[in-house]
Amino acid sequence: MFPALLFYIFSLTIIASALMVIFSKQPINSILFLIFSFINAAGLFLLAGAEFLALIIVIVYVGAVAVLFLFVIMMLDFNPETIKEETKKYLPVGLLVGSVLFVEIILMMNSPEIFSKEFKIIGRIVETDLTNTEILGSLIYTEYFLQFQMAGFILLVAMIGAIVLTLRHRDFVRRQNIHDQVSRDPNTSIELIDIELKTRK
Amino acid sequence: MIVELGHYLILASMLFTIGVIGVFLNRKNVIIILMSLELILLSISINLVAFSSFLNDPAGQIFSLFILTVAAGEAAIGLAILVVYFRNVGNIEVDQINKMRG
Repeated sequence: MFPALLFYIFSLTIIASALMVIFSKQPINSILFLIFSFINAAGLFLLAGAEFLALIIVIVYVGAVAVLFLFVIMMLDFNPETIKEETKKYLPVGLLVGSVLFVEIILMMNSPEIFSKEFKIIGRIVETDLTNTEILGSLIYTEYFLQFQMAGFILLVAMIGAIVLTLRHRDFVRRQNIHDQVSRDPNTSIELIDIELKTRK
Repeated sequence: MIVELGHYLILASMLFTIGVIGVFLNRKNVIIILMSLELILLSISINLVAFSSFLNDPAGQIFSLFILTVAAGEAAIGLAILVVYFRNVGNIEVDQINKMRG
């Protein structure tokens, strides 16, 4: 009873805040509602028994991705009022595509093959007293090790790409050129000048 | 009143639909389109976690972790492209990105 109630509370909050994400006037409100829906999704994951993933969602999405969005929104000074006027023009086509998609998904879930007996015994039943984190760790570092390495490589490529895209050298900013500093030698940098000494009369 | 697999799936499909509608609706604002993509990826994660929980197979949670990785990378790259575009053009309207006549 109580988990079901929690499930409905979490899911209603997720749906409501997701609607607020796409309908709110200011992008800053959108990102705050996105954070709210992620936190509620973390609660849903806790209910489903995925404790590690729930806390990772809070750390990664709320702590990293949402803060990135906030920084970008604060950096770009666009005018949200002019943007929002055009939204109503796309509302019918958006609702049409969305409703068609939703009906398709619901019809697909109603097909009897998905919830049949054969489907339910595909999963390997894991009967352990290990915690969720231990199970995930023992799988990631053994069976899914290649995929894990590739995920790390994706993060590396994304980091390098983001830095390369946004880095710019401006001419009026003086920068330290370490190669120039190290490769100096006395022959080129020290100049000896003979100065005529004036003798005092 | 017990929560079954279908409830999670319906929730995830609703969230997915909201994300798709958001992509269509906010044609003028790339940031909200990126947020809608995050919503779509979250719905996929909910699906995977629900299947993983109800089938007692932790592989779904691992794939959800990989989805998290890809979502983080995608957000970083997308926002970097957005910042560069805003520096060059001065707005972030998707409708007007047709300079290259592609």
